[in-house]
Amino acid sequence: MTTVKANPYTGFQLGALVALRLLIGWHFFYEGLAKLVNPYWTSAEYIDQASWLFKGMFESIAASPGMVTAVDALNVWGLMAIGLGLIVGLLTRTATVAGIVVLGLYYIVAPPFVGLSYAMPTEGSYLVVNKVLIEAVALLVLFAFPTGRQIGIDAVVFRKRPALGQPQPQA
Amino acid sequence: MTDDQEKPGTPASDDWTQVSRRGWIKTLVSVPVLGVFFYNFLRKRAADEAKKQAVMAELGVQESGPAVIANAISKPPSERIRVGIIGYGGEGEALVRHAGFAAPDWIEDARKRVADDPRDKQLETYLTQDDLNIAITGVCDVFDVRAERGVAASAIDVRPGNGGSNPPAKRFRRYTDMLESGDVDAVIIGTPDSWHARMTVDAAAAGIHVYCEKCFTRTEEEALAAHAAVTNSNIVFQLGHQNRQSEAHNKAREVIAANILGPITLVESTTNRNTPWGAWVWDIHEKGSPETIDWAQFEETAPNKVPFSLERFFRWRCWFDYGTGLAGDLLSHEYDGVNQILQVGIPASCVASGGIYYFKDGRDVPDTFQAVYEYPDRDLTFVYSATLANGRDRGLTFMGHDASMRVSGSLSVQAEYDSTRYQQKIEDKLIDPSQPMFTYRPGFKGIDAVTSATERYFASRGLLYTYRGGRRVSAYHLLIGEWLDVIRNGGETSCNIERAFEEAITCHMATRSYLENRKVTWDPVRRRIV
Repeated sequence: MTTVKANPYTGFQLGALVALRLLIGWHFFYEGLAKLVNPYWTSAEYIDQASWLFKGMFESIAASPGMVTAVDALNVWGLMAIGLGLIVGLLTRTATVAGIVVLGLYYIVAPPFVGLSYAMPTEGSYLVVNKVLIEAVALLVLFAFPTGRQIGIDAVVFRKRPALGQPQPQA
Repeated sequence: MTDDQEKPGTPASDDWTQVSRRGWIKTLVSVPVLGVFFYNFLRKRAADEAKKQAVMAELGVQESGPAVIANAISKPPSERIRVGIIGYGGEGEALVRHAGFAAPDWIEDARKRVADDPRDKQLETYLTQDDLNIAITGVCDVFDVRAERGVAASAIDVRPGNGGSNPPAKRFRRYTDMLESGDVDAVIIGTPDSWHARMTVDAAAAGIHVYCEKCFTRTEEEALAAHAAVTNSNIVFQLGHQNRQSEAHNKAREVIAANILGPITLVESTTNRNTPWGAWVWDIHEKGSPETIDWAQFEETAPNKVPFSLERFFRWRCWFDYGTGLAGDLLSHEYDGVNQILQVGIPASCVASGGIYYFKDGRDVPDTFQAVYEYPDRDLTFVYSATLANGRDRGLTFMGHDASMRVSGSLSVQAEYDSTRYQQKIEDKLIDPSQPMFTYRPGFKGIDAVTSATERYFASRGLLYTYRGGRRVSAYHLLIGEWLDVIRNGGETSCNIERAFEEAITCHMATRSYLENRKVTWDPVRRRIV
């Protein structure tokens, strides 16, 4: 039987991982909030420029005002929920996986592959790897090395409960 | 951290509900990050809002869309207006469709287009437009195939707003027979320009309302005659400049009224297209022949009579015998947009030049064309610059001392670095002259597929569709609706006979200048181009 350490990290490791989690959480939360307060924001233009395998599917979404409204709402509230989860460490693993999924979708809409070009400008130069992909992999690292139960509300939510048969705590 | 330290997940005491103080710290240590976040967020919001308010207060315009133009439709069957279509070619067919009667094969094609590309909104726009409570009761076209299509469209059962189908329209071989038949209250004229004046004059004499496609006339003399005929009659006249219904154009009028641009000295409008279709090399119908086309009637109003020609019939815009090329087709739209926004009227003078530099296909109208108009009483020059062999988007720009305004499907206003009015605000960094200080983007959250290059050009000018309350509406439909509304309820059409006369004269000044290779002027007393 192996013993699972409650905290497998050194202080430096934990600090670095939590810093990464906070920064990505901040980025997600602000991306959501900025979209929420901008009445002109819509995902339609981004989705419409879709290339690669899922072009048709994304173009259908962009063409439907109903779908666009749903995608916009999911984006805004999804980004904010993921961001908040990462910052305060609540349901951290779920938030991390959701973040990877969201970033994965952003990536496959417009991957910087050879031969694909986009009308929307990027702020840097990318070939296959872009910042969306890097952020997704950073979240993958956070999934592999979770910190929510060390630093975060998950520590309380998921704290160990006594096994059955053990004496119940005194009032 | 070592194993003997407290772990939030394993409380130090036996009481599992207890979380130590240190445990709480570890639990909530990241929460203050939220405090920092919101502190920064609110600061940014407050700064952005203050900046926006300062700019908006200075500009005196609303962020919201322009007031929605009421579109009153009388529904009782007794108020149904009987409309005849004269000229059921490309434009005529579009006008009838936007009035609520699509050709059966158009419906079929539109369904296929949606199946191929769900972004294609043409069918949806057609089906969701208002039922204007009209019936197409007469169709007149010199080409049998088109006349028959028009008759089929008049009885179509796929109608906006579930409007039922009507009995098929009667086909007339001559428009005068239609005017005399008693079957029509109003006509839509979609023929070549060479016919517009004669038909308008005859319709006015018969007391039949007219919706006429641009350009109002082919010549100056025709413009004078048609203007006199309409003003001396009681008919309601509308010229087909859909930009009159464009939300962005109406917003631009507000921007001008608020004097945001300062003194405007130069307006530049442009046409860039780069396809044969955009240069009027239109399809020749396989069934077009001397048997199916009444050629003698077609060229009745043309100054030069020539033998039967499919090219001339189907691509009539390429010859001065039937139209005026870029001047009547596209300068007319650009000018009317400027006239709508600035109310400039007829210019004092015009110099135009150009040539047939790319489409050397036997046409006699230029494919590259520039016209410079002077308005000395407004301290303003209006430049029109066009090529049919390059597709660069140059747009329509109003250049003032304090700011520039670019109008397309959307609208943006950008301050001038050396503006007098905004000098202080630029120094205070409230206005950044490198960024638009005001943009207005009508529309809904979604993407329309506007596929062909020519359609993109028209869409950018607000000539294909516009928005009302966030819903995409055909600008043609709104302009026809406005005309019918004035017929029923009185009032004034937005592109009335005075605007039509100004449009025609302005276009003909450019044509005259080009053909005579000299500067021409307008004599407002004699009402002649000299």
